[in-house]
Amino acid sequence: MYGWIGKILRVNLSDGTIGKEALKIDDMHNFIGARGLGTKIFYDEVDPQVDPLSPENKIIFMTGPLTGTLASSGGRYNVVTKGVLNGTIAASNSGGAFGPELKYAGYDGIIFEGKANKPVYLWINNDTVELRSAEDLWGKTVPETTDILKETTNDEAKVACIGPAGEKLVKFACIMNDYNRAAGRSGVGAVMGFKNLKAVAVRGTQGVKVADVSGFMNAINDARSKLKAHPVTGAGLAAYGTNVLVNILNVHGGLPVNNFSEAAVFPQAEKISGEFQAENNLVRNKGCFGCSIGCGRVSKNKGKYKAIGEGPEYEATWGFGSDIGVDDFEAICKANFLCNELGMDAISLPTTIACATEMLEKGIIPRDRSEMTWGDADTMVELTRMTAYREGFGDELAEGSYRLAESYGHPEFSMTAKKQELPAYDPRGQQGIGLNYATSNRGGCHVRGYMTAPEVLGIPIKADPDATEGKPELLKIFQDLTAVVDSAGLCLFITFGIGLPEIAEQYRTATGVDISDEDLLKAGDRIWTLEKLFNLKAGFTKADDTLPTRLLTEPMKGGPHQGMVVNLDAMVPVYYNIRGWDEDGVPTEDKLAELGLS
Amino acid sequence: MDKILVVQPEKCTGCRTCELTCSISHTNEFKPELSRISVLSFEKVGFAVPMVCQQCGVAACMKVCSVGAITKNAVTGAMEVQDSKCIGCKMCTIACPFGAIHYHVETNIASKCDLCGGDPACVKLCASGAISYQDANVGSLTKRKAFAARFKDVFEEVR
Repeated sequence: MYGWIGKILRVNLSDGTIGKEALKIDDMHNFIGARGLGTKIFYDEVDPQVDPLSPENKIIFMTGPLTGTLASSGGRYNVVTKGVLNGTIAASNSGGAFGPELKYAGYDGIIFEGKANKPVYLWINNDTVELRSAEDLWGKTVPETTDILKETTNDEAKVACIGPAGEKLVKFACIMNDYNRAAGRSGVGAVMGFKNLKAVAVRGTQGVKVADVSGFMNAINDARSKLKAHPVTGAGLAAYGTNVLVNILNVHGGLPVNNFSEAAVFPQAEKISGEFQAENNLVRNKGCFGCSIGCGRVSKNKGKYKAIGEGPEYEATWGFGSDIGVDDFEAICKANFLCNELGMDAISLPTTIACATEMLEKGIIPRDRSEMTWGDADTMVELTRMTAYREGFGDELAEGSYRLAESYGHPEFSMTAKKQELPAYDPRGQQGIGLNYATSNRGGCHVRGYMTAPEVLGIPIKADPDATEGKPELLKIFQDLTAVVDSAGLCLFITFGIGLPEIAEQYRTATGVDISDEDLLKAGDRIWTLEKLFNLKAGFTKADDTLPTRLLTEPMKGGPHQGMVVNLDAMVPVYYNIRGWDEDGVPTEDKLAELGLS
Repeated sequence: MDKILVVQPEKCTGCRTCELTCSISHTNEFKPELSRISVLSFEKVGFAVPMVCQQCGVAACMKVCSVGAITKNAVTGAMEVQDSKCIGCKMCTIACPFGAIHYHVETNIASKCDLCGGDPACVKLCASGAISYQDANVGSLTKRKAFAARFKDVFEEVR
């Protein structure tokens, strides 16, 4: 088999049995791999109404056909489960070297089901797969766990694990692999924690074959040279990492400030920018497996938060920075390092702190709960630690901003879509990203349809950020293409520099599957629609395809988009129609038949 | 003048593209285990270094080989393993002080960097420029120049 391995592990944590199964060829062709194929398997096997924290929920680690090859930035895997944060279908994506190592061990993925009665970890050493006790690892941080497992299994093993946050069922706990890379969103780490699954360690020494070696090498050379030549993937991300966006979004008037309560312009943006990071804190650039972009940063603090670690990325910098009014870059770094070590999503945590801060400042949350105020970097760092261990007020923060705000009777202060925290782009300054947040199948998320590319960066075409016309059409293409990229095992960042033709050519030459560009994009549509079907069966409705009231009714207070709100009503019906869904957002029979989903 | 692979760890992002390129060039599949170059990463301090044969002037691997399976390529200067002669005794892996020769269980022979016959594949796809193919003494001149530039900066500051 080419591209794929064709084999998946099934691990029943309740009875300790481990099986090896062949993947279905039709499913591989129709749903590609990783996010798509993982979702297909999950959809077929799990009742959408299941409680995410129950033995009946499953968690699937899945690579794509291009994972572990020389494909442009093809080192990724996805974690598919029913998310703890909001109960939507969760497909959380991560880089590093874990995904490729799993394929080199001889598996496209792993299905975990049931629940272990004591902490365990899975050790995969090529053909030998065993569950081992993790009782000694319980309570350990991510670097501690990773170090111990490399020592006790194989120094070359790659480790994916949870930290204390996952064990404590923090609603936005993530899964960390290779120390610093995260399957960050939706609370996938809490599913592992509930199942008493501390880690997966894998060592693989086999290979991945592609169907047409010279054709594939031509395709990857073409893709890589285009990525190198592009100003974003060849220069901006390489030079300043994702934090290159801080100044860009600030100038655009889209960098949210103080829980989206102020104009999206942060006066001290320069002090938290990628340029500042490069000059003051950068140790070196870091690339995920097989990546030619290398957007990762290793940063070093010299002051009182003296430490070295990976990050912060743009989202964490914004979250722990302007969204909380903090301009101390080393405090931002420290909070991000803690998120990595303790295993928490560096978007949902800071935005939950931002929500809490606004409610504390307004007197809705009593002062005896926390002394946090806007710009208080030290308390922010301490709250980060407390949340992972559910200490004091951290126990309330660990529930995420929606449950926190709702518990004090004011859910409107939670900046979430489908109860998942919004990332670093104020949608009042970008109508299209607003529509993406509202319709994302996993709730508030930018990387389901990154409309910032056309609306701010002018990639691949410049779109007026304040306009609603044309956005649903553009968003559908972005969402479908992203589903293809995620499912193939590629990194979304390549789409700055290359598009469907280059991606499809890599897919065809690697797998040997004869498929047109259009049909591959249609697979993205199929994957998106299947995710939607899951959410509908889980109980989500049209009413959930929305945004916080603030973004729909409170005009932007200043900056280039002063006076704007998100005009969702002008976009959602058009979007449903383009997707072939009825006015309630339910896919029509015709659409399901067209996609082969009926 | 023979050329060698010059490695600059400070530029390496640890992505292991070189391992993938090496393995597809020599084995027709993506199999880092069979790559002749390998990236060693120290994740917690943010450091990575690609390790590869330095084509020693006095090559211990060649000297220790009892069947003459390692020979010097007259054109590139690379020490090359003749697969048909190698008996899989692993003496060369012991002799090499850098661990740059790999013994592979599946093939039962030693393998090492052969500079791809004078056109090393790993160099072409290294996006950060951490691996280059240059004259051995030019490589050290580049390093000397970089350090000299740092001295220059320091002296300018205190002048």
